[in-house]
Amino acid sequence: MILKLALRRLAIGVLTLLIVSALIFWAVELLPGDIASEVLGQSATPETLAAFREAHKLNDPAMTRYLRWLAGALSGDLGLSLANQRPIAELIGQRAANTFFLAAYAAAIAVPLAVGLGLLAALHRGSFLDRFISSSTLAVISFPEFFVAYILILVFSTWLGWFPSLATVSPAMGLGTRLYMTFLPALTMVLIVMAHMMRMTRAAIVNLLALPYIEMAQLKGLRRWRVIAVHALPNAVAPIVTVIALNLAYLIVGVVLVEVVFVYPGLGQLLVDSVAKRDVTVVQAACLIFAGTYILLNLIADVLGIVSNPRLLHPR
Amino acid sequence: MNTLLEIRELRIEARNAQGWTEIVRGVDLTLNRGEILGLIGESGAGKSTLGLAAMGHVKPGCRVSGGSIRFDGHELAGAKPALLRRLHGRRIAYVAQSSAAAFNPAWRLIAQYCEGPVRHRLMPRRQAEAEAVELYREMRLPDPDRFGARYPHQVSGGQLQRAMTAMALSCHPDLIVFDEPTTALDVTTQIEVLAAIREVVRRHDAAAIYITHDLAVVAQMADRVKVLLKGEEVEEAATRRMLAHPREDYTRSLWAVRNFQPAPRAEQARPEPILRIENVTASYGTHPVLKQVSIDVPRARTVAVVGESGSGKSTTARVVMGLLPPTGGGVVFDGQPLDPVCRNRPRALQRRVQMIHQMADTALNPRHRIREILGRPLEFFLGLRGRRKEARIRDLLAEIELEPGSFIDRLPGELSGGQKQRLCIARALAAEPELIICDEVTSALDQLVAEGILRLLDRLQRDMGLSYLFITHDLATVRSIADEVVVMQNGAVVEQGPKESMFRPPHHPYTEKLLSSVPEMDPDWLSRVLAQREAAKETA
Amino acid sequence: MLRTLKAAPLSAKIGMLLIALYAFVAIFAPLIAPYPEAGIAGARYLPWAAPHWLGTDALGRDVLSRLIYGARNTVGIALLTTILAFVLGATLGLLAATLGGWFDTFSARLVDVLMAIPSLIFALLILTISGTSAMALVLVIAVLDSTRVYRLSRAVAQDILTMDYIEVARMRGEGLGWIVRREVLPNAGAPLTAEFGLRFCFVFLFISALSFLGLGLQPPTADWGSMVRESAKLIAFANFASWQAATFGLAPLLPAGAIALLTVAVNLVVDWILHLSSGLKE
Repeated sequence: MILKLALRRLAIGVLTLLIVSALIFWAVELLPGDIASEVLGQSATPETLAAFREAHKLNDPAMTRYLRWLAGALSGDLGLSLANQRPIAELIGQRAANTFFLAAYAAAIAVPLAVGLGLLAALHRGSFLDRFISSSTLAVISFPEFFVAYILILVFSTWLGWFPSLATVSPAMGLGTRLYMTFLPALTMVLIVMAHMMRMTRAAIVNLLALPYIEMAQLKGLRRWRVIAVHALPNAVAPIVTVIALNLAYLIVGVVLVEVVFVYPGLGQLLVDSVAKRDVTVVQAACLIFAGTYILLNLIADVLGIVSNPRLLHPR
Repeated sequence: MNTLLEIRELRIEARNAQGWTEIVRGVDLTLNRGEILGLIGESGAGKSTLGLAAMGHVKPGCRVSGGSIRFDGHELAGAKPALLRRLHGRRIAYVAQSSAAAFNPAWRLIAQYCEGPVRHRLMPRRQAEAEAVELYREMRLPDPDRFGARYPHQVSGGQLQRAMTAMALSCHPDLIVFDEPTTALDVTTQIEVLAAIREVVRRHDAAAIYITHDLAVVAQMADRVKVLLKGEEVEEAATRRMLAHPREDYTRSLWAVRNFQPAPRAEQARPEPILRIENVTASYGTHPVLKQVSIDVPRARTVAVVGESGSGKSTTARVVMGLLPPTGGGVVFDGQPLDPVCRNRPRALQRRVQMIHQMADTALNPRHRIREILGRPLEFFLGLRGRRKEARIRDLLAEIELEPGSFIDRLPGELSGGQKQRLCIARALAAEPELIICDEVTSALDQLVAEGILRLLDRLQRDMGLSYLFITHDLATVRSIADEVVVMQNGAVVEQGPKESMFRPPHHPYTEKLLSSVPEMDPDWLSRVLAQREAAKETA
Repeated sequence: MLRTLKAAPLSAKIGMLLIALYAFVAIFAPLIAPYPEAGIAGARYLPWAAPHWLGTDALGRDVLSRLIYGARNTVGIALLTTILAFVLGATLGLLAATLGGWFDTFSARLVDVLMAIPSLIFALLILTISGTSAMALVLVIAVLDSTRVYRLSRAVAQDILTMDYIEVARMRGEGLGWIVRREVLPNAGAPLTAEFGLRFCFVFLFISALSFLGLGLQPPTADWGSMVRESAKLIAFANFASWQAATFGLAPLLPAGAIALLTVAVNLVVDWILHLSSGLKE
């Protein structure tokens, strides 16, 4: 039963990924004119156009090219960049690693902090912390990412001079330096997701604490920590996991803007540059990575939610 | 006498948009050891609040604003949490209304049972488990040795309610508060739970406060009964005295529906049926809900359809109204077959059959004024406009005993529960129907209000020659208003016939069980029925 | 109506006042702005002093005037997009809920897939193909955003459709149009209004983000997102020796703050509407 549900959700996830990959591929097919003349420009002669098409196997049927592209992507070969003819995998490799590093850095700070504070706020409703959280959420969901980022730069970099305003990293850099260099972008992302995550955690716990079985546990004369730890938390796993996964997914996308602000050599920056250059193949590859991660995180949230539901865990 | 609990001049306030309102207004209550006190009243009487207050507990958003609660030498009003924690579970236990919501879905039943005695350091886990099995056995739960290994969602509502009573007894408390423990159950399940609760509470010699809105239930359980109304005490007396000689009119009104008798009508031969339901079979998806159901409704008569939840009685109504197309059989109205789908029925035909829902709250669009609610069917079915429509709306309001001038421009939110149900009746009347399907129209209402609705329906039937298909789970209502009775179980008609013969033996076994499970206003009823069933089992 | 407005909490009143102010500035921009939108008005990088109260930018354009015109461009295009998204999403959502059947199933699945793609990424992909024009921007974002409106209006309508009063109307034989117009819509009003506010905020931030990335409104149109982008480098030249030198640091924060303030204002009003509509249900 539970396995069936989880597998079903997994199958839907895979199907969605497939559809999204197709969308990413076919969207480009809608490009007015064709890629060859787009890339080579007006100076192209019929011969060079034909040669280009031949080299990039553009004369094959679209379906064949889609399957080839997909198979390549799965095995790590993302094709060539239209702009500079270099293998995309090479372009993306280090940058994708940088992006995931930054996202993980932000998540490592934000998740424990947000869940902890959200829990505290739910347990002490009406306290200063609680009121602070509800009012700060409004501010942060209203602020554009770059607003938060520039305020941080102005205060911590320009004024106090504690952190660099440009997050320049190189592969040779040690972990300590790297963490220091990327502190401000990570902090920006923490601030962006924190408020949301705290608010959602708080709401999940508050809902839970209002349930009759929590009151029942209280009326059995149990200690407060036991009511929370034994009766509330096991049932809170699913909602909290969902909150975390949703926010991580959001973080992965939010990284694009933050990278641009801090001129961080990540995938987001590359994506934005490639969109401006209309380097279609690179855009496709980057979109596939971002969308795939996003879908995967949502998928994990749903599957964990299914797996931790006692009603499904112990069927009739 | 040995007093266990003494509440004096207790006042409790609840917070709302305007500030604090008093919901318990100076109530006194005394309970001796081993005694069972029934608390009875309609919704909003403050009986649950008072029951929880006896534990020193108030719901979030409420506060004790005065008076004292003394439990065996401890003052519970404003007591420290540590004291309450010592008493709760250990000496005062609680049984909630909805056991499905009050058990933690993540843990096995026996683990939740053992939590109390083990955490209060009364006994080791193993002894607690042994006692749990013993209690499960006493409560006649199936397979008591392994029953506790199940999760709450794996057992039925009646079993869960008994498991919760067992859990309440786990620490051998001095006092148990039962908060409407059988309200959500069907009658045939209720009687089993009542029997089990009464037996174990007496055997363990605990005192109890039993909260309910059903006087007949409380008559079986309690030694004394206290009647509450709007947070104040109406009267209190020993159970037998209260039933035989209620002092206050209000107390008497609590069994209003049971005593309601329709105006006598001249006996005539059974008229021709206006509605024939013929061999109807229906299903939701692949799940069959109606099996070969055939019911006739004679003109100007009331046919009551009774059954427990899941019996298919409401589905029958939906088939007649054309909301659920049957998979087999059909419905004939006044000699003409009705199309299975209401949209395809001619307007003139659909006009003649109307339906009234159980929940008037959801049956009225909260954004429509009464003028529009009643005006639309007049316009739609009868083509009335302008001044004639307005006059007819006023007539209808007068018909349902609402003063037209002050009601015509109100929104449903500005009416009481009974007034809303009257409005639904008026809306049905606006179409000038011949048959009205009443789907549990009095179930959500307090007794006195329900009686008023039945009285209105009866008068309308006499004045206009209406026919009713009256769907209900409440046999007391059936007894008072029906001409003919149809008993349904699991989607099939079990038995049908004129009321007089249906309430007289011999019965179909299910009808017998159903009839005998309805609590009566007789304190000896439960013992008598259980003895009869025991005897029947032995002869069989 | 007027009484409800008067009874609004202070936060909602502040929100409404701010929105009115923004609307006023946007509508009368040419009359208020001291200098033209794109014309060069003075030397480059002037500090905050009369007659350029908020200084000039890298091309010598008056920052105050560009901020005022920005209200018109940025807010106007966000509003247009939201309205478009709303018309599309709400119509389809209400229809899907009321009609049910294959149309409902198909549209719900389609929206599920569209929503599985992060909208910023999807927008970037589409903009690569269509090129960056205001028209493409409006259409792309409207379509992406209509999925969320669709979800909400479908859920709201489904909720209402389970009510018995809908059943009463169906039994009476009322047509689809009447049911949607007279029974469903009056009850869906409050949640949909609140959603409109939230969607506007989202779209507004989204367009600003795209402009900030250089993929939204194109120069020389004055637009807050692009203004942040153009002046971002100045932040490094801010020093706190004198307040006029410090204003360089504020250059990107002014347009960003203008964006933030409007979103806060809309959110304040939305909170109040949600509160009102939850009170009605009780």
